[in-house]
Amino acid sequence: MTSSYFLSQLMNGLKIGSVYAIVAIGYSMVYGILRLINFAHGDILTVGVYSILTLMAFGGLPLWLIIIISICISIGVGVMVERFAYRPLRSSGEETTLISSLAVSSILQNVIMMIFSPQKKAFHLPEYLTALHKVGSVTLSTMNIITFIAVFVILVILSIVIKRTSMGMAMRACSDNLTASRLMGIDVNKIIVMAFVIGCGLACVAGLMLAGEYKTIEPMMGFVPGLKAFCAAVLGGIGSLSGAVAGGFILGIAEMLFAGLMPTSITPYREAFVFVLLIIVLLFKPNGIFGGKEANKS
Amino acid sequence: MLKIDDIVVKYDTIPVVKGVSMEVEEGELVALIGANGAGKSTILKTISGLMRPAQGKIMFNDMELSKMGANDIVKAGVVQVPEGRQIFSKMTVYENLRLGAFLRKDRAEFQKNIDYVFEMFPILKERLKQQAGTLSGGEQQMLAMGRALMSCPKFLLLDEPSMGLSPIMTEQVFSVIKTLKSHGITMLLVEQNAFEALEVADRAYILETGNITLSGNAQDLIKNPAVKEAYLGG
Amino acid sequence: MRTTTFKDCNILRLLVFVILPLCAIVYGASHPSGYYAGLINLAGIYIILVASLNLVNGFSGMFSMGHAAFMAIGAYISAFFTLTPAQKMASTPGLPEWLINANLPFVVALIIGGACAVVVALIIGYPVLRFKGHYLSIVTLGLIVIVRAVLDNEGEYTNGARGITGLPPKSNTVVIFIIMAIVLYFLFRLIRSQYGRGLIAMRDDDVAAQTLGINLASKKLSAFCISAFITGMAGGLFGHMQSVISGKFYYFDLSFRVVQTSIIGGMFSLSGAVPGGIIMAYLPEVLAPLETGVKLFGHQLPEMYGASNLIMAIILILIIIFRRQGLMGEHEFIVESMFSKDTYTSLFKKEEYLNIGRAFRDLFTGKWRKSKKALPEDIDNTPPVV
Repeated sequence: MTSSYFLSQLMNGLKIGSVYAIVAIGYSMVYGILRLINFAHGDILTVGVYSILTLMAFGGLPLWLIIIISICISIGVGVMVERFAYRPLRSSGEETTLISSLAVSSILQNVIMMIFSPQKKAFHLPEYLTALHKVGSVTLSTMNIITFIAVFVILVILSIVIKRTSMGMAMRACSDNLTASRLMGIDVNKIIVMAFVIGCGLACVAGLMLAGEYKTIEPMMGFVPGLKAFCAAVLGGIGSLSGAVAGGFILGIAEMLFAGLMPTSITPYREAFVFVLLIIVLLFKPNGIFGGKEANKS
Repeated sequence: MLKIDDIVVKYDTIPVVKGVSMEVEEGELVALIGANGAGKSTILKTISGLMRPAQGKIMFNDMELSKMGANDIVKAGVVQVPEGRQIFSKMTVYENLRLGAFLRKDRAEFQKNIDYVFEMFPILKERLKQQAGTLSGGEQQMLAMGRALMSCPKFLLLDEPSMGLSPIMTEQVFSVIKTLKSHGITMLLVEQNAFEALEVADRAYILETGNITLSGNAQDLIKNPAVKEAYLGG
Repeated sequence: MRTTTFKDCNILRLLVFVILPLCAIVYGASHPSGYYAGLINLAGIYIILVASLNLVNGFSGMFSMGHAAFMAIGAYISAFFTLTPAQKMASTPGLPEWLINANLPFVVALIIGGACAVVVALIIGYPVLRFKGHYLSIVTLGLIVIVRAVLDNEGEYTNGARGITGLPPKSNTVVIFIIMAIVLYFLFRLIRSQYGRGLIAMRDDDVAAQTLGINLASKKLSAFCISAFITGMAGGLFGHMQSVISGKFYYFDLSFRVVQTSIIGGMFSLSGAVPGGIIMAYLPEVLAPLETGVKLFGHQLPEMYGASNLIMAIILILIIIFRRQGLMGEHEFIVESMFSKDTYTSLFKKEEYLNIGRAFRDLFTGKWRKSKKALPEDIDNTPPVV
């Protein structure tokens, strides 16, 4: 095994890790406020990808516009889901909303299946994005480079929004103590919608990254990466933005190194490895790697 | 100033508040006294818009609070210091105070308010950068009250401010309440600690299992044998 | 006025809990290979699965979503004991020799399958159940992925993604319904016992339960294991009913379907498993024609892949919005009432039939929600820490 092979595996880890990180942010935000594992979040990613595909098929539209429209569509779907499937259940138990999110996930998957057929579809980005560049001993496409920059920029902007703006402070307040937030005059519903808006917009971006990497898409493509992104959020310490991002990258890199460095007899266990890793981390650090020390024991 | 008109509040189908009417005039400090489960906190939650009455209405000046959302109620100047403090434990003391002034964007006013809060609770100034969850119970209560004062409330709802505090801290909390009263803030104080509450209050209502059973001048109620028997230990 | 529920309709209760199952057994036993016998068997297996899931999700306050993993384990392990040595040599040559030659009675094989599911439940339950919140949900989902990976990749033992075919068709209606009756009776006694009351106390208020001396972690773990055992057995029944087992059958779809069934029937009621199981076995069959295109009022509808799942998901959302506790709520069908005279005389009273109408009306009118009106418009309490 050469160091360049190791490096390229690391790069692959960063690529998939950035997808996990971006999806995990959305999970973490919603979970932080509502204590809801939004299973439909991964399918919002799929919605975004299919809308990009459809708009590209029309031809003529520049890619940046397509992406912006698709982000808006994803956000629209996400906000509608919140409004009709989660908000009516606010005062009932956490499990109820959890089940609702599963049902929503199934609805989104099946609607996509009905419209676009269950078959895999090819997903091609324009050539100028797939062109390869050699950076040192690693080969990266233009898309990859843009992705890394985009992830970095998104993170910086988000952390400024969360730390400095009054909207961000309200978000942190809501995930800290929802009742008290309402008593401060924070419009909790607005904050929740905002969390969905940010999460779903990011999910669409992650979808583009994922589809660009795998080059094929299918109606179920979002679910398992979504699940893994949630694991990433738990791994990093759910409810915290930096935890979600760190968890995403750790998970992505760990997964790729596992796939690349382990003997071939166990590499098919890549997907399973993610969950084994989660169980092991929870065993020792129930609040995640970067989570606080709050007593969580039952 | 605040007028509660025959409200009924239910949890699911079980009524907890069964037709309560009460009034608070401007500048008054009114105490609401009752045992555990009498429905005191439920009334405060309903005033703050955390719960909806099944029947009846709550008026604040000309505004019908029972139809407004929690955030609009705060905007109207009715602010609650909730039971059990409910501070933002993962955020700093300063951020907690900032959140108290969430609806007030004026910087100069913010500075004025925070100075006022520091004057009332000097300890908070020392703890400004500390995570709120690490404060002691008494300090957390001060923070909760200070946070509420940050929004320049016209009407302050205090839910069991002495709960779980040491006698010294309790005394301190009540002296703050007295000071606030002398500054002209209208208050509705919910307490189990009946004697202390009646000491500072102008008037009081006594709530038993969802109904007001007695009301009147606080000084008279202290002397009332029935109240003595039930709440003041004979 | 109180809401009328299906519990108030003796005739419906008898129909769902006594008459339908009896007819089903008679029919299934006399037409073992018929199309309807298959559906009856499926309903029976769903009932077993949902009852065991309700023990965890409804009565213990945990939330498992990965019970399909235990089914898969039960199915494969029990198959190892029922397949002929020749079949095993062909599809799973990696097994040790004693296992290749092993051949046990069906019920014993099922029990061994259930026991293996318990071992896995212990391994993942021990680290996870000590913590509150959704950890169990996410970890059990992970378990599905892990089990699927093992089944697909250990071809020596599982024949990989092709799965194992030719399982002896030993789960017939009689076996399934006998096991179902035993499981329901056992679980019913369990939740009425001191152990069961402890579980419910723990679900409702874990701090209070702890002060009563209930050891939460061991209680949760034991309930989880009991449930895994029954689910493992049901998995064995399922495998021997289909006579084909493969990792892809025991994936998210099946797991979510069982959770869905539990919600529709009412996860706080063991009896809820019965109407839930019956509905979920038949509904997909009713909706299946949609997928391949159906004639409706003279119009040929196009093929719609996913239409049946879509409709089921919408039904699920409507049920949890309008009737949060499922069809049975927290009610149980008391077996004793089967033998009470009143139950039968009521069949001849008009009131009985009016109640059915009322129950349907209350199920779908806003009445259910009106009683909730005093609840805060959206969020009441701060959700507990994870």
